[in-house]
Amino acid sequence: MAAVSIRNVRKSFGSTPVLHGVSVEITDGEFVVLVGPSGCGKSTLLRMLAGLENISGGEIAIGERVVNDVPPKDRDIAMVFQNYALYPHMTVFRNMAFSLKLAGAPADVMKGEVSGASRILGLDQLLERFPRQLSGGQRQRVAMGRAIVRHPQVFLFDEPLSNLDAKLRVAMRSEIKDLHQRLNVTTVYVTHDQIEAMTMADKIVVMHQGRIEQIGAPLELYDRPANLFVAGFIGSPAMNMVPGRIEGGAFVDAGGTRWPLPKDAAASEGAEVVYGIRPEHLVLDPAGMPAVVHVVEPTGSETQVMLKIGGATVMGAFRERISAKRGDRLPVSPDIGLVHLFDRASGRRL
Amino acid sequence: MNTVAAQTWVRPKQELGPVARLFDWKPFLVTICLLPAVGLLLVFLTYPLGLGIYLAFTDTTIGRSGIWVGLENFEFLLEDKLWWNAVFYSVFYTGIATIAKFGLGLWLALLLNNHLPFKSILRAIILLPWIVPTVLSAIAFWWIYDPQFSIISYLLTDVLGWRTTNVDFIGSPWPARWSLIAANVWRGIPFVAISLLAGLQTISPSLYEAAMLDGTSGWQRFRYITFPMLLPILAIVMTFSIIFTFTDFQLVYAITRGGPINSTHLLATLAFQRGIPAGQLGEGAAIAVSMIPFLVFATLFSYFALARRKWQQGEADD
Repeated sequence: MAAVSIRNVRKSFGSTPVLHGVSVEITDGEFVVLVGPSGCGKSTLLRMLAGLENISGGEIAIGERVVNDVPPKDRDIAMVFQNYALYPHMTVFRNMAFSLKLAGAPADVMKGEVSGASRILGLDQLLERFPRQLSGGQRQRVAMGRAIVRHPQVFLFDEPLSNLDAKLRVAMRSEIKDLHQRLNVTTVYVTHDQIEAMTMADKIVVMHQGRIEQIGAPLELYDRPANLFVAGFIGSPAMNMVPGRIEGGAFVDAGGTRWPLPKDAAASEGAEVVYGIRPEHLVLDPAGMPAVVHVVEPTGSETQVMLKIGGATVMGAFRERISAKRGDRLPVSPDIGLVHLFDRASGRRL
Repeated sequence: MNTVAAQTWVRPKQELGPVARLFDWKPFLVTICLLPAVGLLLVFLTYPLGLGIYLAFTDTTIGRSGIWVGLENFEFLLEDKLWWNAVFYSVFYTGIATIAKFGLGLWLALLLNNHLPFKSILRAIILLPWIVPTVLSAIAFWWIYDPQFSIISYLLTDVLGWRTTNVDFIGSPWPARWSLIAANVWRGIPFVAISLLAGLQTISPSLYEAAMLDGTSGWQRFRYITFPMLLPILAIVMTFSIIFTFTDFQLVYAITRGGPINSTHLLATLAFQRGIPAGQLGEGAAIAVSMIPFLVFATLFSYFALARRKWQQGEADD
C-alpha cells in the first residue's frame, strides 16, 4: 500500500495537449474516483499512472518513488480494464496466476493465492473455465482477481463497470467498495458515471477538458460545487441553472420572474449571476412561485416534474406523489438555504 | 377540432401471370439458382478430376485411347527412380519452403504490426511479389540464376570481389534445388505475412497492456499472448501454404523444367512432363493421382489442427 502523488502532470498527443498540469494527492488506502465527461483526460491520467502512456511533464510518485521512467511492470500496480483484457486462451486459474507465474512463484504459492482471491470473489467453481464461458459479471470478477493476487501497492480501475447491465453495475459497485474496505489498498477508479463516483469514492476528482475542476469528498461536491461545471455534473437529475441578475435583493431571471435569495447571499446588486437549485430542493408551496406543469415523470420513490416558471424550464423532484397534468399550476419555492449562486462570467461559486 | 373519417383503403388483389407463378415456385427457383454454380463445378472441376483419375488406370497415350490396366501404372511408378526423386523433392521443397516462409512471414508481420512510418506503402510493397504473375517472377529469377549474367554472381565477383567464378545456381542438382526453394519463399512470403498481419491485428491491444502490467518481457508477450492467439489463423494459413507449395508447377517449370538431370522435378512437373510432352497420358495421370494421398494428409492435418480450440468455443458450459 502506498500514497500516490500526481504533481503538475501534463500530457500531449503530438501537438494536442490533453492534460494541462494536473495535481492530485492520494493518501494511503484512499479510494479516489476520477470522474468527468468523455474526453476529459481521466483515462489518460490513469494510464499514465499505470505507465502505459509516458508523461509529457510533471511527475508521478507512488510511495516515495518517482515513477516517471519506471516501466509498468516495476510500478507495483494492478489494473482492471474496461474490457477486462482477460487472456482468452487461458483458464480463469491461469489468468489469475499469470503474473505470479512470470514472477517465478512456486506452484503451491500460486495455488494458495488464486484460491484465496477466488474465494473472496466467489469464483472457486469457475477456475477451469475459459473467459468465453463466463458471464459479464464473472469476467469482471476474474479481472479483479487477477489484480488481487499480486498484492499491489495501488489498484487502478478504468471504467470497469461500463460494459455491464444496469442491475449488475449496481451490484458490482458495492462489491468493489466492499473489496476496497476489506483489502484497504489505495485505489484509483475512473468513471464517467457521477453516481458511481458519489457512491464509491472517499475523494472525487472532477475533471473537464484536461483540467481538474474540483477535488473533494462526495457530499462536499454535492453541497458546495466550486463552479457551474461541477454543479451540473454532480447530482441526478442535474441542478437547475437559471441565468439572470440581482435586483433589489432578489434574483430576477431573463423573463422578469423574481426568485428568493438567501439572506447571506454574497452577490452584489446588479451582478450577473446563475441561480442554481437542485430539483430535490424545490418544495411544493401554495404561496410559492407560479409554476406550470410540463412533463410528469413518476419514478416510484419520487416524482420528477418539468416545470415552466416564467421563461425558465426547471426540473423538480418531489417525494410527494403528484397527480398533476400538463398545463396545471403547481406553485413551488426553492429551499432557500440550498440555493447556489455562480458568477455568470467565470462560472465560479459566489 | 374537426374530425375527418379516414377512408378505408384496400390493397387491390394482383393476379399473377404464369411466368411469375413459375418463379414463385420454390423447386424451380432452387434449380435455376443452383444451375450455374453446379454446371461450372461439374464441367471444370469434377469432369477433369474424374477423367484424370480414370486415365491413371489406363494406358492411354496421345493419339491412342487406351484400355483399362488397373494398378499397373502405379506399380510401375513404385519402381520408377524419377518418381521417387519427385516425391523426395516435393516433400523437401514443401517442407523447407514452408518453414522459411513462416519464419520470415511471421517476422515481417510482427514488424509491420508496429507503428512504422509509411506503413500502408510498406504493406503494399510487401504484397508485390504475390501480385506479379508467377511466370513473370519465375523469369526474373531465371535471369538472377543465369550462369553468365546473374546479378548475384556479378555482385559477388566484380563488385565485392569475394569470388573469382560465377555461382552455379541451376546447373547442378543441389544448388538448383535450393535456388528454386529460395524463389518459392520469395514469392510465398507476402501471403503468409499479410494473412498473419490480419491475425495480429485482431489481438486486442489491451491484452498486451494487461500483460505488460503482469510483468512480461517482450519475448514473453510473444510467447504467451501473440503466439497462442495467432495459432488458429497460423494453422489455416499453413494448410493453404502447404497445399499451394506441394502442387507448385509454374516456378519450377519456368526456371529449370525439372532439370538438371530431373533433379528438381516436383510431382506436378513430372506428371506434366510424362503426360503431355512425352505423350504417356495414363502414366502422367497416375503421377498426378499419386499426389492425392499427400494432399489428403495435409488437409487432415488442418482439419485436426484447426479443430476449434476449447477457448474459442462459445459460451456453452462444458
